[in-house]
This record gives sequence, C-alpha cells and structure tokens, in this order.
Amino acid sequence: MDLFEYQGKELLRKFEIPVPEGRVASTPEEASEATRFLGSRVVVKAQVAVGGRGKQGGVKLVSSPEEAHEAAAQIFDITFTDQEGRGAERSKRVLVERAGELKAEYYCSFILDRTSRKHLAIMSSEGGMDIEEVNRTNPDAIAKVTIDPLLGLSDFHARELVFGGNIDEEARKGALSILPKLYRALVELDASQIEINPLVLTGDGKVMALDAKVILDDSAAFRHPFYEELKAAHEVNEQERKAKEHGLNLIKLDGDVGIIGNGAGLVMSTLDVVKDAGGSAANFLDVGGGASAEVLSNSLQIITENPEVKSIFINIFGGITRCDLVAEGIIHALARLDVDVPIVVRLDGTNAEQGRKMLADAPHPMLKTADTMLGAAEKAVALAHGEGA
Amino acid sequence: MAILIDDSTKLVVQGLTGSEGSFHAGRNRDYGTQLVAGVTPGKGGTDHNGTPIFHTVEEAVRETGANTSMVFVPARFAADAILESYESGIKTIVAITEHVPALDMARVVGYIRARSDDVSLIGPNCPGVISPGKANVGIIPGEICSPGPVGLVSRSGTLVYQIVHELTQLGIGQSTCVGIGGDPVPGSDFIDVLSKFEADPETELVVLVGEIGGDAEERAAAWAKQNMSKPIVAYFAGREAPPGKRMGHAGAIVSGSKGTWQAKADAFEAAGFPVAKNPTQVAEIVAGLRSKA
Repeated sequence: MDLFEYQGKELLRKFEIPVPEGRVASTPEEASEATRFLGSRVVVKAQVAVGGRGKQGGVKLVSSPEEAHEAAAQIFDITFTDQEGRGAERSKRVLVERAGELKAEYYCSFILDRTSRKHLAIMSSEGGMDIEEVNRTNPDAIAKVTIDPLLGLSDFHARELVFGGNIDEEARKGALSILPKLYRALVELDASQIEINPLVLTGDGKVMALDAKVILDDSAAFRHPFYEELKAAHEVNEQERKAKEHGLNLIKLDGDVGIIGNGAGLVMSTLDVVKDAGGSAANFLDVGGGASAEVLSNSLQIITENPEVKSIFINIFGGITRCDLVAEGIIHALARLDVDVPIVVRLDGTNAEQGRKMLADAPHPMLKTADTMLGAAEKAVALAHGEGA
Repeated sequence: MAILIDDSTKLVVQGLTGSEGSFHAGRNRDYGTQLVAGVTPGKGGTDHNGTPIFHTVEEAVRETGANTSMVFVPARFAADAILESYESGIKTIVAITEHVPALDMARVVGYIRARSDDVSLIGPNCPGVISPGKANVGIIPGEICSPGPVGLVSRSGTLVYQIVHELTQLGIGQSTCVGIGGDPVPGSDFIDVLSKFEADPETELVVLVGEIGGDAEERAAAWAKQNMSKPIVAYFAGREAPPGKRMGHAGAIVSGSKGTWQAKADAFEAAGFPVAKNPTQVAEIVAGLRSKA
C-alpha cells in the first residue's frame, strides 16, 4: 500500500522524526482555516499517489488564508496522471504545512531491496530531484549502504551515509540522529520503502522530512491493525472494491476485453496475448486457486457491469481449480444475469473434458468456446471489434 | 537424477492436518512421493490417513529420516516453520504459503544462505516442485507432467501448467519443474535453480518463466551467459501490465523504470537466449532446438 504524504508523516512523527507542522484539509474552507492556524506562509500540497504532482500544479506556496482557499480549490480541480500520462487521480485532501526558509535539500531513502534481500539505504546531497536521474548523471553524489536485517542499522552505516552523501556540516548531527529513527520506522511498520525527498536543512539549522513516500507491505497487515484504517482513506475503483468484497483480485484497465483467469502469471500472460491479437484488456482478474462455481459466477457479474466491456475471455488452466466447477459457474451466471456480450471460454487441465461437455450441453447465444489460449484470444478480440468469430 | 526431489525424497509436511495441507499432501503421496511424517504441534503421536504426526520437525526427522519439508501453515507462522525445518537438518524446504511478510523472508533467507550452501528453500508463495515419475512436492497437478529432458523454472504456478501442457502437445517431457514463487524475496532465485539444472545430466534444456518486477531475470541472464552450457528458452508475463500496479503477485510490479518486461527480454536476447512471445511459442522454440540437437 502506497501511503499519502500526510499518512506517512503522521507515522514518522510517532518515531520522533521531525516533519513540518501541518493540517489536512478536505475543502478550500478547511485549507483557509488551517492557514489561519499555522501562520502566514504555508504550502498547500495535493495528496495523491502518483508522482510528479509539483509539475502538474499540485504544490502551491501561499501567504494568506484567502490565497490558501484559492490554491486548494485549484488543486481539487486538477486531474493528476503518472509520467506517461496514464491514470486519472483527483486529490481528495490537501496537506497545508507551515513554510520556512530552506538552506539545503537532501535525499534519503530506505528500502527492502529485492536484489540483495537486505535493507538498502541511500543518501545524497542532491535532494528534491528524481534519484534515478541523479544516479545516472552524478553517481558520486550518492551514498549507498546495505544493512543486514538480522543486525539492523549500526552507527557506522549512518556515518557512511552522511559523509558519503556529502551532507553539509551544519546538517550532519541532525541527519545522524534521524537515520536510526527512520530505520526503526521501516522495520516496525513493515515498510518496503520510506523515501524522504527532500530531507531539508531549515533556515534555523534544523533537519526535517519535507516529504515522505511510505510504502507498506500488505502481507504484514495481520500484525498491524492500523493498516486497515490507512487503507480506508484511499479511493478504490468501484469495480475493484466490489471484486475485493467477493475475495477476487481485480485491477481495472482501459481496454474492452474482459479477462477472467486463474493464477497471476496466467492472467498477466492472457493480457499479453490479447494485446498481440490486436485487442486490449478491460481488467486483470485472478480468481485464484481452487475457484468454486460461485466465484466464477460472481466474477462474470462484476466484469459484465463494466459498460466498456465488449467481449469476455475466460482462460482457465485447472490445477487445483476444477474445470467442471468453472463450467457450472459460467452456466449459473448466464442463467441469472442478462449477459449481452460474447464470452469465449478456454478450459484445460483438471476435469477439462467434463467442463467442456457441460458447456456444450448448455448452449447460450453469447457462449463460445476455443481449444487453445491463442485461439481464444483471437476470437475474443474479433468479437470485441464486432467481427463474427 | 532430476533436481531437488526424486525417489529418495522423504517428505515431512508442516500443517498436514489442515484441509489444504491434507488434500495436497495426499495427492503428493498418491503420485508416489514418500510421505513419511506430518507436524502439528499438539497432535504428536496421532496419525493422519496413515501418516504419523509429530509435535516438532526435529522429532519427525529423528524418527523418520525426513530430508524434505513442505510448509503449508498460515502466513504468520511461515517464517517460524521454515526456520524449524532448517534447524532440524532438512535440506530441501518447499514453502507453499502465500502472503508472507517480505521482512520475515529477508531475515530467514539471509540467515539460511549465510550458513549453508547445501540447503534449498523454494518459495514461499509457490506451487512447489515436481520431478515427473519420481516425486511431487506441492500443488502442481502430477497428471499433466511427463518425464523428459526439459527443466522448467517459473515465478508463476499456472504458467508452469500452461507451458507443461504446451510441451506435452509436442511430446516433450520434463526433468523437474520448479515454481520459485511470486514474492519479492524468494528463498531460491532463477540462478540457484539454473545452476542445479546445469549440473543435472537428465536436463538438456531449460525453460525460464519470469514476470515483471525486480531484476531476478536480468541477473539470471548475465549469470547464464557466463555459466550455462545448456540452452535456455525464456518467457516473461506482464508485458502489458501498467506500471505501479501489483499484478496479483506481491513481486509483480513495475516501479518507475525498474522491473519492465523490455529490460528482461533485452537481457536474455543480449545473452544469446531466445525469448518467446507466448506460452505456445515457448514449446515451439524448445521443439526447434531439440530437433537441431
């Protein structure tokens, strides 16, 4: 789960990591009120998951409650996208923070690194920029330290980061005291990333986290009941929410071929072959292992509720999943739902013959079958394009 | 030969008496795997469908000579169960459990790898391992596999099934199929399994099935270029997945410019290994390589 900045900062505060004083506002009025409380100069910041919000007008420096009102109103009107222009996210809240003089901006992050299977900390005097870009153009400006999670952060790690990252002398002491706190937060929160960009030296010589990008490991939710509360603040697509209620893993996409499959790898592969056949998937939906007839029936209902869907491709390779139960679910769904888009079914694996026979014995004008995954993809795409197949 | 598991495998199942553990261990036994013990704390001394149950893995190993374990316990107990197997002297640990916290795995995997180079941890969040005709440890349906010369290693479970099926259509069997799992910190990565296939006389050719996220495929390509004499056919799922979205597997995510399909395909092509466009093409390329050999 990628937290909003204000959520990340609230967590960092609990670990005594200095962050600017701020208030969360859901309306321009609240933003104006927050500004009155915080004093004259404040920053109004969009709270969105996508990166690059500053370039899209999501961060505004203002000097009065009236200006804060206007800035917040403007931010609430922006549709934020990722760097490739994909997605469309509105900021439901703004973070209003007291603004002050900055002497320097640094970069600091901790991640659980997949390559080394250890924690990796990065620090640099080149703050406020994309660290991947700094890594390409000026790799010497970056200090990297690997930390064994069985031992944790030692003082020498922190020194290597601060001296290796060329942090100004005035900021060293503050940085050295923040690093162990950040590491403790990383471990105790089960975070897979805490990125502070920038970490700043303020005009009065303090070191604080001006931004915070915290990612939590969803698999650790069982030992952190507060994850659920943080999740509640995140907007979820209506279709994704409904799928989740039924225990299904759905990701909404932009195309018109609805996808149902079993197993994350096979479903990803299904999106790819649909693309190769000239189509585009409307969703990712993994029914998981051992799916029942009911799960299949619910999946079909959720997919058909998306008006963009022009055809549906059900791609099942039964292992634990039984194809006869898949067929039963499809037949059940067709009986209870008013399905008006063609469904192409490909069944292989456990009880596939039985499943295929069940479908053949229950003809429906919208129900088509195919023998192979590639053949099914082509059929589903042709049908989505209105070509008979 | 085959790798990881074979006729000499003696399996202990942690969580045998649970419904999932019971079902799949039963299928493994029916396949011919020597299922020698189950471990359920508090149920020691009983038996489960003819298999003796012990309180601890240590006791199970001492009494039965078990050398391989399968972990079927809930996620919150998985790291503990893996360590228990390791400290009891088990050499091949197959963890099926999904949603294990990444930090738990970083600690456990780091601990085991720092101490032992003769212990293999496969998973978590994986379908297990099958050496067709010899042994099956996990949830891969045995009936779709047949003995043969192809070693298969995959981050995805259902893509193991799909690709085995495609190979079967062309009459090509497998030495061993290994599902290493879809988590960000797996116990074994591609390189661990490739090195075993390289050393296995029964394996003539390897199929490597990756997916978006992380750089395990890129590292495998660089390693294989230097160390593999056997051909590899690669396939990666998730080319069309949008960046920043976790595609079902905890590890299947493109973060910024990292973990893309293109980077993986480029790495394998640069190392001189063919990259298939889809599972069907994997089998076609394998068949082509075999007819040349």
